Amino acid sequence: MAEHEGIRYDHGGDEFVYAEVSTAMSLPAHFTALAITRRLAEEAIPGVEEICPSNASYMVRVDPDRLHPRDLVRELQRIESEVGDKASADPSFTIDTRIVDVPIMLNDPWTHEVLMKFRDRHQDPNGTDLDYGARINGYDTTEAFIDALAGSPYLVTMMGFVPGLPWCFQLVPRERQVEVPKYIRPRTETPERAFGFGGAFAVIYPVKGAGGYQLFGSAPAPIFDAAQEQPDFAENDSVVFFRHGDVINFRRVDEAGYDEVREQVAAKQWRYRTAPVDFSPSRFLADPDGTNAAMLEALYR
Amino acid sequence: MSILVHDPGLETTVQDTGRFGHYAIGFPPSGALDSFAYHVGNALVGNAPGAAALEAVYLGPTLEFTADTVIAVTGADIPATLDGEAVPTWESVAVRAGQTLAFGQLTGGARPYVAVAGGIDVPAVYGSRSTYTLVGMGGFGGRGLAEGDELTLGDDAVSPRAGRRLSDDDVPTYPEIAELRLLVGLHSYRLTPDSLERFTDTAWKVTPDANRVGYRYRGAELEFVPREQPFGAGSDPANVTDCGYPVGSVQVPGGVEPIVLLQDAVTGGGYATLGTVVSVDRDRLAQTKTGDRTRFVAVDLDEALTIRRDRAAQLDRIRTALA
Repeated sequence: MAEHEGIRYDHGGDEFVYAEVSTAMSLPAHFTALAITRRLAEEAIPGVEEICPSNASYMVRVDPDRLHPRDLVRELQRIESEVGDKASADPSFTIDTRIVDVPIMLNDPWTHEVLMKFRDRHQDPNGTDLDYGARINGYDTTEAFIDALAGSPYLVTMMGFVPGLPWCFQLVPRERQVEVPKYIRPRTETPERAFGFGGAFAVIYPVKGAGGYQLFGSAPAPIFDAAQEQPDFAENDSVVFFRHGDVINFRRVDEAGYDEVREQVAAKQWRYRTAPVDFSPSRFLADPDGTNAAMLEALYR
Repeated sequence: MSILVHDPGLETTVQDTGRFGHYAIGFPPSGALDSFAYHVGNALVGNAPGAAALEAVYLGPTLEFTADTVIAVTGADIPATLDGEAVPTWESVAVRAGQTLAFGQLTGGARPYVAVAGGIDVPAVYGSRSTYTLVGMGGFGGRGLAEGDELTLGDDAVSPRAGRRLSDDDVPTYPEIAELRLLVGLHSYRLTPDSLERFTDTAWKVTPDANRVGYRYRGAELEFVPREQPFGAGSDPANVTDCGYPVGSVQVPGGVEPIVLLQDAVTGGGYATLGTVVSVDRDRLAQTKTGDRTRFVAVDLDEALTIRRDRAAQLDRIRTALA
């Protein structure tokens, strides 16, 4: 294990280097990982094969035949010393990204049916995932909890698990962040496009499958499109919609709103509403609510 | 020129070296699990490295060839026949139009590979012909082969010729207990020192949950060091703040069932990883099956890199000898 003050570096076999900025999730830790991985990408060092920024860490796949993994760690330490702690303080560090409107139906019938099947794997066999999340996060009512979940935008701080799945961290101060455990034992079933929450992260499941996150709702619009049938996917020639660094506003819809989106999807005419954003971590950390309000205004004006 | 699938076996998929460059959005590499058997197969039939081949597991497929060609069966110890006549494995074999390749019962290993002159011609998806069944992409229609499928052959043949044979010294053997070398680390500090020791002391048994996504093992109970969980990780002691998983990494959700993640695995998640199997030994792992026993042997980075260099040199030597 390479010792270095600050980031912890280690080798994942002969092909991967793992860099842990912090064991706990925080936006400053994420911005540090982001600043380093962006610089690493710009430097295009031969032998650096894949760069995977994640929540409070990042991972690099290295070709050890071209770059010794220990030399890679030295390069990463150099970049850390150059940009590591500037990301959250330096106003000139910004993320050229977009804010995306993502309709969500919370307390929907589809995830409700699935979560009721798996109560024996849940911390609270007698309630629902939403009621449980509300209670352990100190909300008086489930409605107030839902308002908090959908009340402020999220930042996509990691992509993966399966293609296209965004890990979304809510852009609110620490004391307003929701945290829930994962299921005691993972479910064998999760509906496609389920909106889940685990640890401090919201996710949308791109495809159906196993899963351990609390189930809170459903997204009517696809985030994975293998056939690239919807215009957003065809025009970008991509099977996934989200990108690392996207800002997402989960907008609550009722069943009529959900059905409306599904009709557009069926007609292969669904398009996400987006607006460009120049996201500044330092500005955000100084004024979260003001920054969020400005991004939302840009999205919905 | 095509191959008609009369019987797909248990699960036979089209695989090549893998799909790289998209790990950060959640695409695992896929590709042949036993990279050695796959590369030797292509070298035997005279294909360019990287031509797509077939990977089977436990039961070989039954395949009819519609034109003369050259094939090689590598990987698991399994008897192969052409129209009922035994043919050697780890050797390129001439096939006449209308002949059918079939397999007997596996006697060692787990995954036979079939390389065909020219390679299997399926569309490359995100830069690879490998099958990734979880989301139904790549390979033949994103799925394992089915009875009645017709595969077309590609133009990756450089010098197809029958009668090339891998030297006996290079043919892998599959002893009863597989030894997989791994680099301990990543979140290994989450396990108690006793448990880490127990991990390398135990002869783990491969459970029925063993496939291209990952292999699960049983054999001992491991304990985590108690701690107040960091924000974002979740409350289970096996949880860490969600991060990337290296291919070959080992996690132990619940402390009782280590999982080695393989080429079709999830690319990240929130379970503590105690180490990573060195890339070369994923080949050996791919030749283990349910009920087999496996030992994990700790190595350091220098040893892991030496193992890698030795394997690359061996493949170079084999390719030169067979060219």
